[in-house]
Amino acid sequence: MTGHVFHEQRDELHGITVVIHGVSGRTYVGRWHERGSRGVIMRDVAIHDPDANALPLEEWLGKQRKFGIAVQEKHMIVPNEEAAEVSLLSV
Amino acid sequence: MPYPEMMVKPMRDDLIRLGVEELRSVADVDMALANSTGTALMFVNSVCGCAAAMARPGLAKALTGGVKPEKLYTVFAGQDLEATARARSYFGEYQPSSPSVALLKDGEVVAFVHRHEIEGRSADQLASVLTAAFETHCK
Repeated sequence: MTGHVFHEQRDELHGITVVIHGVSGRTYVGRWHERGSRGVIMRDVAIHDPDANALPLEEWLGKQRKFGIAVQEKHMIVPNEEAAEVSLLSV
Repeated sequence: MPYPEMMVKPMRDDLIRLGVEELRSVADVDMALANSTGTALMFVNSVCGCAAAMARPGLAKALTGGVKPEKLYTVFAGQDLEATARARSYFGEYQPSSPSVALLKDGEVVAFVHRHEIEGRSADQLASVLTAAFETHCK
């Protein structure tokens, strides 16, 4: 078993699936790429908007955990001022 | 864009050495999964070091146990694109991620380990999750 992989290490959360709670009330689930001056760069992101989603947030998060991330955006930047709280999806 | 083959060969070989059959075409996948009966594991391989580094060793440890799926398959996400897309078409409402592991019984997914359940965990932890699924569904 070589354990051979690619990917240079970036920051602690690079490549990890996170939940970002936005100050707007929207919630973003996706892979953290890196945080830059413009915000958090994410990959393969699903977004919960309380004004648009039929499911309550916790139920929606449970669905993402069980069935995987229903990707809406392949790449996006969550502005630093929007990214209020970050946690791991798997916890 | 796929990586050069010579760079991913060690990752393919990690699984082939375990007795996992690699499926590299749509026809390969259909031959394996269409109308399948019994238990089958599908490991969606990945080059990603954030999660795959522990995924393959985790599977290796899980397969050392006494109970395991009757058939073991793998496709390589990002490399064998069509085969991977076809394999995912058998996963029902489970969303694509890589690496990931699907356990199927009589063609239906009965357990699924997503990438987000592999990230940050050790090979032993993943092996425990897989072993529990094998014990539940493969006896």
